[in-house]
Amino acid sequence: MELLYASCVGVLVSCGVFLILRSRTFPVVLGLTMFSYAVNLFLFSSGRLSLNQAAVLGTSTEYADPLPQALVLTAIVIGFAMTAFVVILSIRGRADLGNDHVDGQVPIKKKKKNKKVEV
Amino acid sequence: MTLLWIPLLSLLGSIISSMTGKLTRNQSTGLTMLMPLIALLITISLAPAVFAGEVLRYTISWIPLLGIDIAFRLDGLALLFVFMILVIGILVIFYARYYLSNNDSMPKLYAYLMLFMTAMLGIVMSNNVIQLWFFWELTSISSFLLISYWWQKSEARKGAIMALIITGGGGLALLAGLLLLGNIVGSYNLDVILASRGIIQAHDWYEVTLILILLGAFTKSAQFPFHFWLPHAMAAPTPVSAYLHSATMVKAGVFLLARFYPALAGTDTWFIIVSLTGLTTLLFGAYVALFKHDLKGLLAYSTISHLGLITLLFGLDTKLAAVAAIFHIINHATFKASLFMATGIIDHETGTRDMRKLNGMWRFMPYTATLAMVAAASMAGVPLLNGFLSKEMFFAETLHQQLLGSMSWLIPVLATIAGALAVAYSARFIHDVFFNGDPIDLPKQPSEPPRYMRVPIEILVALCLLVGIFPNFIVNDILKAAAFSVLGGYVPEFKVALWHGFNLPLLMSGIAVSGGLLLYTQRRYLFRFQASLPTLNAKKAYDNSLNKMIKWCQHKIISIENGSLQRYLMLMFVVVLIFAGGPLFEMSQLGGEKQLTPIDVHNAVGAALLMIGAISTVIWYRTRVVSLLMISVVGLMVSVAFTRFSAPDLALTQLTVEVVTIILLMLALFFLPQHSPKESSSMRVLRDLGISGALGIVIASICYALITRPLDSISEFFLANAKTGGGGTNVVNVILVDFRGFDTLGEICVLGIAALGIYKLLVNLPLFIPTSDSEGRPWAKERYPILLASISQSLLPLALLVSFYIFLRGHNMPGGGFIAGLVTAVAFILQYIAHGSKWIAERLTINYRKIIASGIAIALFTGVGSWFFGRPFMTTWFDYFDIPFIGEIELASALVFDVGVYITVVGSTLMILASLGQLTTNEPKEKVNV
Repeated sequence: MELLYASCVGVLVSCGVFLILRSRTFPVVLGLTMFSYAVNLFLFSSGRLSLNQAAVLGTSTEYADPLPQALVLTAIVIGFAMTAFVVILSIRGRADLGNDHVDGQVPIKKKKKNKKVEV
Repeated sequence: MTLLWIPLLSLLGSIISSMTGKLTRNQSTGLTMLMPLIALLITISLAPAVFAGEVLRYTISWIPLLGIDIAFRLDGLALLFVFMILVIGILVIFYARYYLSNNDSMPKLYAYLMLFMTAMLGIVMSNNVIQLWFFWELTSISSFLLISYWWQKSEARKGAIMALIITGGGGLALLAGLLLLGNIVGSYNLDVILASRGIIQAHDWYEVTLILILLGAFTKSAQFPFHFWLPHAMAAPTPVSAYLHSATMVKAGVFLLARFYPALAGTDTWFIIVSLTGLTTLLFGAYVALFKHDLKGLLAYSTISHLGLITLLFGLDTKLAAVAAIFHIINHATFKASLFMATGIIDHETGTRDMRKLNGMWRFMPYTATLAMVAAASMAGVPLLNGFLSKEMFFAETLHQQLLGSMSWLIPVLATIAGALAVAYSARFIHDVFFNGDPIDLPKQPSEPPRYMRVPIEILVALCLLVGIFPNFIVNDILKAAAFSVLGGYVPEFKVALWHGFNLPLLMSGIAVSGGLLLYTQRRYLFRFQASLPTLNAKKAYDNSLNKMIKWCQHKIISIENGSLQRYLMLMFVVVLIFAGGPLFEMSQLGGEKQLTPIDVHNAVGAALLMIGAISTVIWYRTRVVSLLMISVVGLMVSVAFTRFSAPDLALTQLTVEVVTIILLMLALFFLPQHSPKESSSMRVLRDLGISGALGIVIASICYALITRPLDSISEFFLANAKTGGGGTNVVNVILVDFRGFDTLGEICVLGIAALGIYKLLVNLPLFIPTSDSEGRPWAKERYPILLASISQSLLPLALLVSFYIFLRGHNMPGGGFIAGLVTAVAFILQYIAHGSKWIAERLTINYRKIIASGIAIALFTGVGSWFFGRPFMTTWFDYFDIPFIGEIELASALVFDVGVYITVVGSTLMILASLGQLTTNEPKEKVNV
């Protein structure tokens, strides 16, 4: 199961990074959101994976590690604040600049010779 | 403590004089002179103790772990320099009063001058080498300000920048040298360093350290080949030149030689480098000075030459040479300051400094001429003046060295030649300016300057004469004290006297004087010869290399920083990839010792959903609504994962945040294009896939390596103390509001700041509100469906009740301020969606900004509250109360803190969404209370 968990984190990181590298603001915001899921899962797992363990004192003798949980809890909330900020920034950017490219301007494309793709 | 007052008073003077803009010129001058005068009195009161051989110290501990103290020290050498800095400083301030025209800002010049004085005092009195370096750099910066005082002139700006680059660069070398020195000795304390001569000179790093420190000294005192900044610094007002180039700035370099003489001198490396640099500079400066037509240019090169002389003396391997060097430091300061001031008068009264125009000034200003002639004679080394005495000593010492082996006789010969050149340029200064026919095309009719403008020169010239005639009476004590600290205890018997009898040095002086006069009278031939030489321009070489460097840097910067954020992000990820992935190759085995858990069906299905959601988001990222739906699947699965792995608090938080995030992104999508255009080339896509894939693999590997190793955590502490110390059984919540409450306070502040930032970003937003979707279908006119409106309204009290319950039980069961706040926010957002912001505004007149502020304030004051009980910030208090009918309940101050968290979260979330949401409605902002 550890392998599966790590793979999930890896997939989220990959998808997040790919989206962050896109040229328009909205996919970048999605990428950041995805990346913060991955980061939260990663930080959470530093307390190791524990199935069916108690989160509240007095109910069991085995407890899940509370410290990463507390850290991740605030990370989720702050992550939301940051996502919100980036979203509004991108709206403001589009309103002020007239486009939603991350560089603030759409690059002028050089004309390319159309290659015929044979299928 | 009295020691500290000397630099402190001067710093105070800088502040005071900068505020004298509204006063008259005399008042401003008087106030500025007051502080250094007091400092001078303090110094005089301390002098007897220093003359008696005592070293005064004052230390305040600053960063003891790094060995950095604020430490001052006054020994003989420092005392001599403090005297020079203060006395000449006071005279320069007085002189500047008459020099500056009404258009020049007097407070500005005085403030800079006093700042510079502070820096110089700091250098000579520091007992910690790092502190010494700090003041060293301060002289570079304040001299930059002084040289560029007439900033309107291009040459002033260029000269200032050049001085800053050369002396600042030397300063960096000095820092490196001092750090090495501190490392060798194990202390940055000057006392310790000066006493560790043996350790330093036996160390492998000795040569490197020495060269670095010498680089600092040589750049500062304008030694060849770093001399060229000094003539360009002449663009400064003349009082500044008089101060910087006689007693202070350039003397800081030779001070450094004297300061570290006990620790660094004595080896062949020292003698060879220092003496040869000094000798070259001495000859070069004296030769070039002869050909300068500008009076200040002549003085500048003569300064370079005299500094070379002092450096050469420090490089001769006899004890008396060091004494002679110190003596010449004093003498050069007095005659050079007075010569600069005289030049300033001539410039002031005639409007030019060109010696080809200035002739026959004797007739117009006989009094000033006499003073200048005496000072120039001292510069030439004429008997009865102080310059003669130190020059005699210098000649005598050149005879007593064995520096060049069998060729050592060269040094006295070259010294005599330099002496002759000095006589020649001094003769030119006297004859060309004050005699030699009539003036040519002067901009002004020359006359004597205001009476008091001459006073500083009179004082200095009187000193030249007094020292020259009664040397033992005037300078013996201070010279002995300074030599005592430079030579590290043992001072050879020496006698400064006017008459030593007929001997070789006297003969050398004679040859120098007659040779110099001969050179001057026959200067036509020399000038012609000089004109036939190719011009060697150090400034041009400097300019070229500087331009080349700037171009190179610009080119490099542009090639990396081309303005594309997309590219920066890519580079950052590549760097992360290298630094995070690299160490993985050094690990022998990825998996750890921990027993792996088997995969069950639920987990497999959950993981599959999560991965499918993530990959689908990427596949459909151009169709934005679809990708948004897909990412919400991922968020949901993450919260399911938290539930599965025993973290109910996290699951609740993630779930509510997920709702808010998706609503926010939906709103955002309203203002953004619905589709992303196809822009990236196939190569680009391939590259990004490579980077993101590799990064995913690296992070997954790290994650796997982490979770398969046994846990060694500090959490045991929290588990053990949550109930007894924090009064709650939900350890996560107790950590948030109690153990790490200070962190949480910071975090809700971040939340509040983000919300306020968003609010400001949305003010006056020139927004285009689309009337239809991307395919041209108009938006529905009926915005608020009646079904949702009525259901949501009845849901609100229920939702609030739930959130209240979650909040209250938070300390002992999953829940708490964060989660309850989010639940409340979601309940309200539902109302916004169902009814629109106008409807809400009519019913709920709340200013969210105030809510956020009050939330943070509650949390903060809960923390502060513990001070009133004599506890540290944010100590929680709790107790159990037995209330009839309800039973035993627990009250904790952490609960109040959690209220603060709750309010901040509600306020921030609603402010973010309501601010954005109301933009869709075209309504003016005032009506909707965000």
